[in-house]
Amino acid sequence: MLSAIVAITTLAAVFGLLLGFSAVRFRVDGDPIADQVEALLPQTQCGQCTFPGCRPYAEAIVRGEADINQCPPGGEATIRALADLLDREPKALNPDNGAEKPRVLALIDEPRCIGCTLCIQACPVDAIVGAPKQMHTVIAAECTGCELCLPPCPVDCIDLVPADDGIAAWRWPEPDHGA
Amino acid sequence: MNDVQALMTKVLVALIPAGAIHVWLFGPGLLINCTIAVAAALAAEALMLKLRGRPLVPALLDLSAPVTAVLLAFALPPLVPWWIPVVGTLFAIVVAKQLYGGIGFNLFNPAMAGYVVLLISFPIEMTRWPGPFDGVTAATPLDQVNEVATIAGGWEWLSLAVLAGGLWLLSQRVIRWPIPVAVLGSLTVIATVFWLLDPGRFASPAFHLAGGATMLCAFFIATDPVTAATTPRGRIVYGVGIGTLIWVLRNFSVYPDGVAFAVLLMNMAAPALDHFLRPRGADAR
Amino acid sequence: MVHEPGKSRRKGAAPTGARMHGGLKLEPHKAESTREPILRGPRPSELVLPLAQHMGAAAKARVAVGDHVARGQPLADADGYLSAPVHAPASGTVVAIEPRRIAHPSGLATPCIVLETDAADHDWDGLHAHPQWRDLTPEQVRTLVRDAGIVGLGGAAFPTHVKLNPALTVDTLVLNGAECEPYISCDDRLMRERAAQVVAGAEILLHALQAKRCVIAIEEDKPEAIAAIKTGIAAQRRRSNTSDFDLALEVVPAIYPQGGERQLIATVTGRRVPSGGLPLNVGVVCHNVATAAAVAAAVLDGEPLTRRVVTMTGDAMAAPRNVDALYGTPVSALIAACGGYDAPVDRLVMGGPMMGFALPGDDVPVVKAMNCILAESDAIAAQRRRSVKQVQPCIRCTACEDACPAELLPQQLHWFARARDFDQARDHALFDCIECGVCDAVCPSDIPLAAQFRWAKAEIRARDDERSRAELAKHRFEARAQRLADEKREREERLKKKQDPAAIEAALARVKASR
Repeated sequence: MLSAIVAITTLAAVFGLLLGFSAVRFRVDGDPIADQVEALLPQTQCGQCTFPGCRPYAEAIVRGEADINQCPPGGEATIRALADLLDREPKALNPDNGAEKPRVLALIDEPRCIGCTLCIQACPVDAIVGAPKQMHTVIAAECTGCELCLPPCPVDCIDLVPADDGIAAWRWPEPDHGA
Repeated sequence: MNDVQALMTKVLVALIPAGAIHVWLFGPGLLINCTIAVAAALAAEALMLKLRGRPLVPALLDLSAPVTAVLLAFALPPLVPWWIPVVGTLFAIVVAKQLYGGIGFNLFNPAMAGYVVLLISFPIEMTRWPGPFDGVTAATPLDQVNEVATIAGGWEWLSLAVLAGGLWLLSQRVIRWPIPVAVLGSLTVIATVFWLLDPGRFASPAFHLAGGATMLCAFFIATDPVTAATTPRGRIVYGVGIGTLIWVLRNFSVYPDGVAFAVLLMNMAAPALDHFLRPRGADAR
Repeated sequence: MVHEPGKSRRKGAAPTGARMHGGLKLEPHKAESTREPILRGPRPSELVLPLAQHMGAAAKARVAVGDHVARGQPLADADGYLSAPVHAPASGTVVAIEPRRIAHPSGLATPCIVLETDAADHDWDGLHAHPQWRDLTPEQVRTLVRDAGIVGLGGAAFPTHVKLNPALTVDTLVLNGAECEPYISCDDRLMRERAAQVVAGAEILLHALQAKRCVIAIEEDKPEAIAAIKTGIAAQRRRSNTSDFDLALEVVPAIYPQGGERQLIATVTGRRVPSGGLPLNVGVVCHNVATAAAVAAAVLDGEPLTRRVVTMTGDAMAAPRNVDALYGTPVSALIAACGGYDAPVDRLVMGGPMMGFALPGDDVPVVKAMNCILAESDAIAAQRRRSVKQVQPCIRCTACEDACPAELLPQQLHWFARARDFDQARDHALFDCIECGVCDAVCPSDIPLAAQFRWAKAEIRARDDERSRAELAKHRFEARAQRLADEKREREERLKKKQDPAAIEAALARVKASR
């Protein structure tokens, strides 16, 4: 009887110490879940989810303040990935946030640009270069197609063009995998 | 060798000599069991395909269900009641095959899964084998492994006929050599070692090779491509595992023969073997 | 079709390397098109030259509509390092620069320079022969090759000068004359008729690579080409009498796909290109024999790449043969040159029956990668469609594994592809798949494995692109947030400084003092 009590107590103490040690030694800084959620988001930084960027949206999802179906650029694929990660049921994209559509790029119609710099200030990823009273242009490789530069433009000189177009973006269709 | 149906046909053809010897030894029981089992298998397959909303053609015509049924019938004592092959086949096709997604998706060898269910549920019916030629009810030779018996006359002929069919399948490239060689090789080695150590207690390698379902396992059951390991090294380990388990189960389990359990256990290991024992060309880690 | 894995015989030269894993013996169908010598192709009134007919960035047009150009004049410049220029195959006038349908499985249009040829056919005065090429540095040779617009003519159209600028030491150049795919015979005929040029090209490539050994590999079923190259090597030995380098011929087994780059390197050198690596990693560079001939023409004669040998064959072709065609020639003109069709045609395939793809029509122009045009008759097409049965589940029979020349596990990759488990697929060396189609051919369940793998690779690449775009956007977003925060802090500090009473006192004092 006594030996059993001693043994159990010793075991409890050893494991307690072990747990305490590992809690300190292997502490994870930051919020790993929010990082994982953020890694699944398309980083368009468009704000259509109603949050000011992908990171805030990720944190809101983890806090339970936002649903997983508020990201139109990510669309169905992102919702599925989030559902997978968070072990929830996938659901349809919330139409209040927008609709899923093919990736686009902003293109400034340069003759019409008056050099007001408003779009430069609106761009969340600094993908527009230009100076006051000088023509602006979009760095295509860095544009996320978030459309945030459209509303501020006073002369409506920014167009959205399909990003994945033509022969270079063409892909073979998915074949029949069988039953 | 250009479609699944042709492969399965060859497996059935390869069983003909063994079937003939079986009938010669034990009478026409095998043929009756085969007929009942094949009918039950086709009916179960058709029903399940219908329930799953899958087209009957070509799945019903690929002959995989009859192969399962015939292999199960070979494992049954020839004079079992008619419902034994029915129950075994239904379990094999409905549970072990179709509920996993049909051909190609099953984790366990359906014939062996059906056999094990029968063995556990109906042990008396399943172990009552007639002696060769005389029809007198006796245990299978493997019942006597523990007491070291000589093989009842005739069984070695059955094993030789199965071996002949197996070698033909090898020559037709329906099966590949690694699994049969690994099963028979490992069983021979382990049986020889223990037989030499204590011939009074352990049966000879010849007994293990010629007795029971060893040959059927090595060439027809362990080689079921769907449930076996598929990589070169994986197949060797898979076969060695089965050969070793057969010997262990025959000597240390309550069941007379361990073939079915050995195969099912290694079926579970096959995906892991395929994952870890890849050829270097398929490894980009 | 006889499936003989593990049974490939070796004849001819002593085997130096490991035999390729798997592979298939296929009906060669080469005799049809090798009977006649190479025909000089027509000079059509209109040539259509796509700007993107090589791997890498599309060329940039340097001519404008209305320009008169001479034969051999560059029409478009390489856009960056991984790119190649395009030259005028004939003199004439640029009449349009516009999207035209090209030889591509998509059937989409892409920018092309349209050239209306004239009767004069005068040469550009910028063409310079370099018979004394041994005095040039490797860099100078490489520049000549790049400016001649030479790309790999085996079918991949990879810019050749890039492969002549190795980051690692190269000891062996392998010239690929295996030509393993059925029906295709352009390299066979080229080696028979222009062996000297191939051998000269090998010498120049060795010089550019500063390598010592060249192995010309030819499949055993091309005895005439083997004999011609043998003669060419002997002539070269007599001529140069140098022991600076070693030029050898290696006869390899005629088994598909022996001509795959990794497969051929393994066979002739015994070296295994690591997964995800390049031949360079094992000290080897591999070029096609036709590329070598093009290099010789560019360096010795100053000829840019403006034409190539195309095999015109298939059961519907009236007179199958090889044609030396100008780039930009419509395929229909080549077919007419070969006597047209002698049966109703179902489709035209560019490349061979295993790896080729159906052309959108016969109006597409000849491009640098076009090695073969296969005209398939209605009858054969109907037979092919009948033999393609419904896809059945994989039974893991491993016929594909036995036959895979890359030593992959197609049965595993199939599961990963259909389950979209792309990490596992990549882990199982999906990107070492050469899409040769051998697995499809042996599959008892008629699963389109090669198409699955091609699709999965494209899917993975697209996802990787998406991932790296997201990474970039995230990085820039964070950098911007940091910048805005910094600016705000600076502004606040400035404001604080302005409102500092001591500073105001001091300023007032200064103002008073100055009075």
